[in-house]
Amino acid sequence: MTTEAVVSKRPAGRKLAGLFHGRPRLQVGALLAGPTAWLVVLYLGSLTVLLVTAFWTVDPLSGEVIKGFSVENFESLVNEPVYRDIVWRTVRTAIMVTLTDAVIAFPIAFYMAKVAGRRGKAILVIAVLMPLWSSYLVKVLSWRTMLSQDGIINWALNPLGLHGPGYGLTAVWLVMSYLWLPYMILPIYAGLERIPNSLISASEDLGASPFTTFRRVILPLAFPAVVAGSIFTFSLTLGDFITVRLVSNSQFIGNVIASSITNDLPFAAALALVPIVVMIAYLSVARKLGAFEHI
Amino acid sequence: MRLSRRARGLLRTAVGVGLAFIYIPLIVIGIYAFNSSKILKWPPPGLTLDWFTKAFESESARESLLTSIEAGLIATAIALLLGTLAAMAVARHRFFGRETISFLVILPIALPGIVTGVALSNTFTQVLGIPLSLLTVIVGHATFCIVVIYNNVVARLRRTSGSFEEASADLGAHTWQTFRFVTFPSMKTALAAGALLAFALSFDEIIVTTFTIGAGEETLPIWIFRNLFRPNQLPIVDAVAVIVILISIIPVYLAHRLSREEGGAAAGKGGGAADIAEVTAAP
Repeated sequence: MTTEAVVSKRPAGRKLAGLFHGRPRLQVGALLAGPTAWLVVLYLGSLTVLLVTAFWTVDPLSGEVIKGFSVENFESLVNEPVYRDIVWRTVRTAIMVTLTDAVIAFPIAFYMAKVAGRRGKAILVIAVLMPLWSSYLVKVLSWRTMLSQDGIINWALNPLGLHGPGYGLTAVWLVMSYLWLPYMILPIYAGLERIPNSLISASEDLGASPFTTFRRVILPLAFPAVVAGSIFTFSLTLGDFITVRLVSNSQFIGNVIASSITNDLPFAAALALVPIVVMIAYLSVARKLGAFEHI
Repeated sequence: MRLSRRARGLLRTAVGVGLAFIYIPLIVIGIYAFNSSKILKWPPPGLTLDWFTKAFESESARESLLTSIEAGLIATAIALLLGTLAAMAVARHRFFGRETISFLVILPIALPGIVTGVALSNTFTQVLGIPLSLLTVIVGHATFCIVVIYNNVVARLRRTSGSFEEASADLGAHTWQTFRFVTFPSMKTALAAGALLAFALSFDEIIVTTFTIGAGEETLPIWIFRNLFRPNQLPIVDAVAVIVILISIIPVYLAHRLSREEGGAAAGKGGGAADIAEVTAAP
């Protein structure tokens, strides 16, 4: 009787706290209710609706969406060479951008993590971070002016009798490699930081040359971080359409989605499934390689 | 690491070339903001401050800036709440499907933005019948910002032992008290660093925004994009861009300070570097 009276006098918050006490399952449930509602119901739900939408069609006369079931969108995706080319062009660019960024990023990240002194490291981290915070569009705009006929690239190359790449696929590759470079540097840097210096010393003390130490010790340990970085460079390239529009006349998956979304939503949905499938395959490989620890 | 002189020299060169690659475009666009001509020809014929005056006078630029700040703040607040909850569940409890939660949180940022944009806008307009507006933009932004907060908080919680919380409970603190006096203080800086990054992501986002924004509204990136193609507006866009770059130094500096303070607190564990990674390792 008396305990009950005491309990009922407590404020509601305390009562709830008492309810959670010693009930870990209830705690987990309460913690996860909000995040799963958002991510499962809203986000995964939307992806599922997108999948369903891909089977709808548009009435060619009225332009209205017919919510039936048809594989028409997928048929045109597979059969029409235009779309096959676009998908392949996008994926190929994503691969090239990813490789380019890995090659440029690794020495920078390595120098930051293992060679530079305390002060040099701090300065380099800020130097690499800064462009990450400046606007995406500003950077694309800058490249657009630099690559133009009267831009700084031609101005610098013309006296040597050379000519810049101008607008086109090379420009897309160059600009995207530029844009996503920090996303590659930072995970590799963090991954290299995690490798204890004692491991490197041990390898050196056992007589390995710097190159052997690099190949046998550092590279295998840093590889998952490179894969983590590649998730971003790959995914960002797959979905971009603004850079493509600003520095080339090409069509990437994103451009077709963006241009068909108002007139042919079901087709846009079917096309959006392509990057989803590619990325899920990529992520499952990346996960096996241990990349998720480094995101 | 012990390196030969030559290897060191080669590495330095690679770093130098990399940094030049990163900074030359930013410097070029900075110079064009003072260009006296409307034509973007290199080198600029002369310099002027006119575009900055015009940029400050542009009402649409100002309005879109405020819209971006509003969207960024609300999206960050939602992400702070959801990301922290999910992180506490994953870092402090064992349950079925724990791995799936981390996968689920990463998914919106691992999939291209266009997928998130198209999927959400499709659901809003076709299924839920909600017209696109700033609210739908905020929902989209919050979705991909959750991961940033989540990663920061999980990393922090893993480095601080759960035994402090157990001790607190053993000493008679109830769930809220333990959170308020033990858990929260230990993750305060991780939350701040995550919030900065989440805000920056939202502030700069254009692809998800393009698909989820209402007809009459503009965030700053949308404003920039729309004005890029108007020849008369281009120099003003450039001036706005330079102003934005200069403002962005503040969060970089703050994030760096936060990670440095942490480095001090976690001294002896090599905490500084791990914290920098926390602040940075997510786009």
